[in-house]
Amino acid sequence: MFKVKVKVKRRKSILDPQGKAAEQGAKLLGFTNIKNVRIDKSIEFNVHSTDVASAEKEVKEFCNKLLANPIMEDYEITMEKVNES
Amino acid sequence: MNPKFGVVVFPGSNCDHDAYYSLKKVLDTDVRFLWHKDKEFDKCDVIVLPGGFSYGDYIRAGAVAKLSPIMNSVSEFAEKGGIVIGICNGFQILVESGLLPGVLLKNSSLKFVCKDVYITPVNRETIFTSSINGKKALKVPIAHGEGNYFADEKTMKSLVENNRIVFKYSTPEGEVNDEANPNGSLMNIAGIINEKGNVLGMMPHPERSTDPVLNKTDGALIFKSIIDNLTK
Repeated sequence: MFKVKVKVKRRKSILDPQGKAAEQGAKLLGFTNIKNVRIDKSIEFNVHSTDVASAEKEVKEFCNKLLANPIMEDYEITMEKVNES
Repeated sequence: MNPKFGVVVFPGSNCDHDAYYSLKKVLDTDVRFLWHKDKEFDKCDVIVLPGGFSYGDYIRAGAVAKLSPIMNSVSEFAEKGGIVIGICNGFQILVESGLLPGVLLKNSSLKFVCKDVYITPVNRETIFTSSINGKKALKVPIAHGEGNYFADEKTMKSLVENNRIVFKYSTPEGEVNDEANPNGSLMNIAGIINEKGNVLGMMPHPERSTDPVLNKTDGALIFKSIIDNLTK
């Protein structure tokens, strides 16, 4: 089995409203040094498979078809093999 | 011939009844609701994907609705030339499903915007705009948090070159400028069509601007264009 973490990030060129709102919040709190806040999505799931290649393929397809919109987002995948208990 | 309209109901749709009411009571067409779990639907001339928050806008607006069983049939219907109009969340579903290009980002103001706006039909030759005639701009409401149209340069170029931008936010006189843009959309885009010209996506709500009792009826001209094209 693989434990998978996917990080979905908006492209730098695309407005990140949540990041912008958090940055304004930082300003209101008096944190004048905090800049360029970006809020990404982190998604975790398991893939019940023993084959790395097929698991990777499945995860990528899942990302392209649902978790990320390739027009505005990029994603990073990290996979860790664990023993099924 | 009385055109047959089908209004798709997703969990979280909230403009489905407005669309049904406008098409039935105001425009006197033959209209029925279509359930999102149905794989097939009765013969329809036009499919309406209504506004709302299908599946709570989870993941991204329209991202889960595109996976509904009925969407396969809607895609096939569109490929065969069937008329599809996606309004607000319906437009978001159309871009997520790939029936239209681009994406709808959060409004540049970061706020949900709910107000009457004016849109000018920059392409009057489509089946959705041919009966608008002399009007410079239509008064229709918007109500969305994510209507900021964005696409890459190549897509934008192709939209412009092929005259696929149908509506732009404008002044009441039809002038397109930054002040008239409520959400930051590229080139003031309020609505676009696909290459074949049979699929329209738009953020404003024409179905909320049809009944004279509400003192605005410009939206009816869009449905009237469709009906005129089907019955001529």
